[in-house]
Amino acid sequence: MKPGTRLKSAACDTEVMVIRCGDGTIECGGAPMGEAKPAEPAELSSDHANGTLMGKRYVDADGKFELLCVKPGKGSLSVDGVALVTKDAKPLPASD
Amino acid sequence: MNISLLLEMAAEAAPDRIALVCDGKRWTYGDLLAAARGAFELIQESGAEYVALLDESSEASVIALFGAALAGVPYCPLNYRLADADLAALLDRISPALVVGDEERVTRLQAGFERDWGHTIYSREEFSLKAQETVPADDSREYDMGEGVAVQLFTSGTTAAPKAAILRHSNLLGYILGTVEFGAADESEAALVVVPPYHIAGISALMSSIYANRTIVMLPAFSPEGWLALVESEKVTNAFVVPTMLGRIIEAFEKAPETNVSSLRAIAYGGGKMPIEVITKALERFPGAGFTNAYGLTETSSTIALLGPDEHRAALTSDDPKVRARLSSLGQPLPTVEIEIRDEDGRVLGPNEPGEIYVRGDQVSGEYKGKSALVEGGWFPTRDAGFIDEDGYLFLSGRADDVIVRGGENMSPGEIEDVLLTHPAIADACACAVPSVEWGEAVGVAMVLREGAEQPNDAELKELVRARLRSSRVPEKIIFVSELPYNEMGKLLRREIRAILAN
Repeated sequence: MKPGTRLKSAACDTEVMVIRCGDGTIECGGAPMGEAKPAEPAELSSDHANGTLMGKRYVDADGKFELLCVKPGKGSLSVDGVALVTKDAKPLPASD
Repeated sequence: MNISLLLEMAAEAAPDRIALVCDGKRWTYGDLLAAARGAFELIQESGAEYVALLDESSEASVIALFGAALAGVPYCPLNYRLADADLAALLDRISPALVVGDEERVTRLQAGFERDWGHTIYSREEFSLKAQETVPADDSREYDMGEGVAVQLFTSGTTAAPKAAILRHSNLLGYILGTVEFGAADESEAALVVVPPYHIAGISALMSSIYANRTIVMLPAFSPEGWLALVESEKVTNAFVVPTMLGRIIEAFEKAPETNVSSLRAIAYGGGKMPIEVITKALERFPGAGFTNAYGLTETSSTIALLGPDEHRAALTSDDPKVRARLSSLGQPLPTVEIEIRDEDGRVLGPNEPGEIYVRGDQVSGEYKGKSALVEGGWFPTRDAGFIDEDGYLFLSGRADDVIVRGGENMSPGEIEDVLLTHPAIADACACAVPSVEWGEAVGVAMVLREGAEQPNDAELKELVRARLRSSRVPEKIIFVSELPYNEMGKLLRREIRAILAN
């Protein structure tokens, strides 16, 4: 998968843009994400239902995956079942 | 990844928030996105391979930037101050383009040019209006994937033809996503943008504010009075200025101290060397504002190092000379870029050793049309000379090309100028190389006398430099001029002084 690819959740409204990715299945709400929405929505897994936040970046522990949430939803993001966490950077002063 | 994402996300999260104020007109994020999509249709229809802007800043510069991005053609703002022949040469290099702005001038230049450029020309008003009126045929439009060039900027070439610096979507998005928190601005925040649209800071200012959901307040033609009036009437919280502007703003503010500037929270500056006395005065005059010094280049998608507000205040109040000296530094590299200092052989130098500044990171393009300037490992040699101190603060001493080489010894003009400026009669100073039979090059200086001051004699000035620096730095040629030449971004035009001193 190429950086810049837009992925949609099968279980909620979440959409992400891939900034970085390695090998593995990117999921939202417990279901694999795809470039198109499936005809039949997947069920939102209660284990993956913490929600996504617009504009937040989500990363895995190894730093292989980085996703930017471009549309929020009820599901939460994971790779091969392991939850991603938000990347919190120290805010910089506005420079332009 | 396409930079249009920035505007799409802002319009998704806050469609009705005011995105832009220009000439008294207001535009929401929803309005701007709709107009950018309308511009996409106009660009597609025209068959243009570039979108050029030949105009001051306005809503059209935002619509053209994002419209071009959606259509997948480079946005190419042109410097309207260029002479006719130079501008015609650039218009020839980007044909066929959709040109927004000075219709009359483009038509006139075309008439004097043999080759038919095939440009599609719109005035600002016509472009903005048509972009708003044009509703996409359906919403399943295929917008560009953003794998190519987002912006092409012509650098000011003074010796050769201007170089076309290329910024890809990935460079610009790397910069914005790495430095700006989405939606971080509250509804009261407004950024005053006064940098011309053909300058990288004018483009990054738009993208940063849009991604932060901060209102952009445009001042198309700078005047210090106009700047202060907008700060007061639009309750501006953020601003970016070049050093010469800040000096003039302070003077105007001193004449109209009743102006309410209490809304100002953050003032960033860059684009040239900030005189210590100007920034010191600014810190006193705007006690409620945090100051940030930003250092960056066109080829790096804007800022790569910054000195933040806390460091400014600390430097001003510290007794430690090292902390005080940071006021004249560029601060520290952004967490998302790496910076190294290297010598002429490319060897990496240690703390306090002067050399050339190298940088790498996602935001660094280092690319010109048809040619990349990156060296091994993706590093970009900036041609700026400087050093990093033991605490990681970056100091700039000038362009590598401005270094004076006297008998094999390298000297930066900045250190000589700084010493001359400590003389109470000297208002401005420029040091550069003059030809020397004995040394190859020697130091020449051009200075501006402070108003009402008596001109110091050459011996006194030479002694000042000898006492503070080494004897090799002592100027061989000294002249006084009524003023030094600067461009509209506050950059000292050393080449012009060098020509005067050589005669």
